[in-house]
Amino acid sequence: MSAILHTVNKSPFEKNSLATCLRLSLPGSHILLIEDGVYAAIRGGSMSDDLKRAMSDRTVSVLGPDLRARGITEDGLVDGVGVVGYDGFVHLAAESSKVQSWM
Amino acid sequence: MKFAVVVNEGPYTHQASDTAFQFVKAALDGGHEVMRVFFYHDGVNNGTRLTTPPQDDRNIVNRWAELASQHELDLVVCVAAAQRRGIVDPDEQKRNSKDANNIADGFRISGLGQLIEAGIQADRLVSFGD
Repeated sequence: MSAILHTVNKSPFEKNSLATCLRLSLPGSHILLIEDGVYAAIRGGSMSDDLKRAMSDRTVSVLGPDLRARGITEDGLVDGVGVVGYDGFVHLAAESSKVQSWM
Repeated sequence: MKFAVVVNEGPYTHQASDTAFQFVKAALDGGHEVMRVFFYHDGVNNGTRLTTPPQDDRNIVNRWAELASQHELDLVVCVAAAQRRGIVDPDEQKRNSKDANNIADGFRISGLGQLIEAGIQADRLVSFGD
């Protein structure tokens, strides 16, 4: 109940919200990629290595419905990235001490 | 748990209003309380009853209004942002001598203090926007 949930809703090809989030989020926090933010989780993409590094001390998930809406399958994600639904999003928000939205 | 939600983006723009709606719905389905949804900046455009989206598209405004009536949600539109964008309720119509109003069912116009109060009273404040 202490870590912060960070949400990122922009593609890394559009804005540097995720890069900023990765730079400023603390160990133990959870990063949830939503909306166009899910593009960052594609294996072999430009953010792959950054996400892998982040996952050494933080958790990374994507919002499943937003993934499917963009034709991305779960087996195409960077290894270690979790998939949650809206109920999982609510659960993460409830379990975290606060929610920081990177837009 | 008590949630409050901020929507900073208009309907049919990117996805913020949709994500906020799905989040609120999931929170209510999960047995949580949503004490307020605050519509700020272009988000106030979610509160006009005059939108007519195509019949095969989701009706974002009505969807909020229906959820509000089912769960007695408090949908608050920021007054300053609303005045700039022409979102008007009967009181504002009178106060600013306008010839019409357009606030949708379930929404009310109020001040930024409502957002501050939500931030204090809710356990979690979650923002959606652009």
